[in-house]
Amino acid sequence: MSLPFARDVAVGLLRDMLAIRRLEEKSAECYSAGKIRGFLHLYIGEEAVAAGAVRQLTADDAIVATYREHGHALVRGMPMDAIMAEMYGKATGCSRGRGGSMHLFDAARRLYGGNAIVGGGLPLAVGLALAEQMRGTRNLAACFFGEGAVAEGEFHESMNLAALWKLPVLFLCENNLYAMGTALTRSESQTDIQAKAAGYAVRAAAVDGMDVFAVEAAVREAADAARGGGGPALLEFRTYRFRAHSMFDAQLYRDKAEVEAWRERGPIIRLTTQLKAAGLMTEDDFQRLLREADAEVEGAVEFASAAEWEPVADLARHVYAETAP
Amino acid sequence: MIEPLRITYREAVKQAIREALQSDPRVFLMGEDVGKYGGCFAVSKGLLEEFGEQRIRDTPLSESAFVGAGIGAALGGLRPIVEVMTVNFSLLALDQIVNNAATLCHMSGGQFPVPVVIRMATGAGRQLAAQHSHSFEAWYAHVPGLRVVEPATIDDARGMLRAALACPDPVIVFEPISLYNMEGELTEAASSVRLDGARVHRAGRDVTLVTYGASLWRCVTAAEELATSGIEAEIIDLRSLRPLDDAAIMHSVRRTRRAVIVDEGWRSGSLAAEITTRIVEQGFYDLDAPVARVCAEEVPIPYPRHLEDAALPGASRIVAAVKGLVGHGQ
Repeated sequence: MSLPFARDVAVGLLRDMLAIRRLEEKSAECYSAGKIRGFLHLYIGEEAVAAGAVRQLTADDAIVATYREHGHALVRGMPMDAIMAEMYGKATGCSRGRGGSMHLFDAARRLYGGNAIVGGGLPLAVGLALAEQMRGTRNLAACFFGEGAVAEGEFHESMNLAALWKLPVLFLCENNLYAMGTALTRSESQTDIQAKAAGYAVRAAAVDGMDVFAVEAAVREAADAARGGGGPALLEFRTYRFRAHSMFDAQLYRDKAEVEAWRERGPIIRLTTQLKAAGLMTEDDFQRLLREADAEVEGAVEFASAAEWEPVADLARHVYAETAP
Repeated sequence: MIEPLRITYREAVKQAIREALQSDPRVFLMGEDVGKYGGCFAVSKGLLEEFGEQRIRDTPLSESAFVGAGIGAALGGLRPIVEVMTVNFSLLALDQIVNNAATLCHMSGGQFPVPVVIRMATGAGRQLAAQHSHSFEAWYAHVPGLRVVEPATIDDARGMLRAALACPDPVIVFEPISLYNMEGELTEAASSVRLDGARVHRAGRDVTLVTYGASLWRCVTAAEELATSGIEAEIIDLRSLRPLDDAAIMHSVRRTRRAVIVDEGWRSGSLAAEITTRIVEQGFYDLDAPVARVCAEEVPIPYPRHLEDAALPGASRIVAAVKGLVGHGQ
């Protein structure tokens, strides 16, 4: 069985996905233990999208993500310590603890946040791409959002504006079939999301979001075209969220059998099976990757636990800029 | 000696935009009809020809997308001036302004200031009926993270826009629709105009009128009429609605011992309510009379002239409110 990538690349992708998976499984534990509060939205099942997409971007590209963004931040290179500390609400978190799970920001890595308003990040990505175009760079803006955002006016307004001005935006739709608890078929007249791009003359494709190589290939192609002045693209990644929408979700709206069927074709199982079948990885290798991921996660939990709280005296800091940007 | 330049409010705003475009390559203007049409209120007329399509950008009727794009472009290092035709349409962009522009700096721990300027026309007085006559300054002034200003003079129309562009925070600039044709003289260097801080527009000893925007000129008319009765009103032009200049308000009220707040917004939950509370909190024992308010009547602003006039805080209502106070404490 041949793989479309060299062993190192494939193992790297698996490492990324395992890191996300183990970080989030631990996050759920920390949530149950009361260490993480607020909303916690897990990405488990969807890891191939962040892993495949983010590494196809350059360090100078801008990223806008949603409240389900731990994976994107991690693959972008944000240290797990900073992510976990943010979820703990500590001063050493990536947003000084002010954002929590839904709001991971990193100026150095051009991560413009998890955005908690569905569709709210799309216009920002359009503006970030406009800045790149007006400055004459080859950088682009990548915008992740769920299929629920497609029902928002901001999706349509942003697609139109990006296409009208030929802006280098990648609209990366993570279609996990449920907008919180509302199935796509219960909320959209046209459930083939990529088909909506035609109305704006935007290039589009549907991609198997469980196949990390398919994600990589689609993003690479779309990014190349956008950098070359080809304007925006909409990629619809067909994926699935294995866990609840958030920690408050009793999942009354879907069958366990459906979840199980998707789990069987999950992105980590799929790549692991491919690598083993190709003779590029043994079970021992896999277990070692898992231990490495767990060690990093444990280190992050220790870091977050030991970290300091932001002083209450600093409550009102950063409401306004302290220095000119 | 240079003759003072006599120009309109509209021209003053345009001068500020033009000077910014000339002096800073990061500045651009975008909004509905700002280019080919020349601006709904003709503020940007001629700028497309002068600066080109890249920097004077007509947008689709997508308030949320282009205001959000302005915020994104500011995050990306540019200095956008976003023109939302009127405050009425800005409600379609409220999500971007309140959920993104106002929060990102704080929520990112200071990593992402949002230096965007969002201009919009505001207010009634042109018989445009309820949906085109709103004054929602108080809504925006409610939100931490935003700066909200409303220039009411020619100098401020030019100078405050310049100051807004120099500010690293999101600034909402309200331009009263009824003032675009107002003529006046530029008397200050634009560079000396501050973004925040109230100003004493007219000095007086008997009562303080606290106001902003188009109501400044209603207060001026009222003060002239009051003067004929021997009542000297001091007028405070707030200029900045967030932050409010408590010190300037209290400095005046402590001397006059009487205050009337004149506000084109509806009374309930208004800026006038906020200012009244601050005066009571900070100067209750300095007052010789209850604080009074003259606000818009609580109706959707109607179309016919006589009803529109009756709904707005006109000079006669201000005069009556002041006269109701000056008997107190004598």
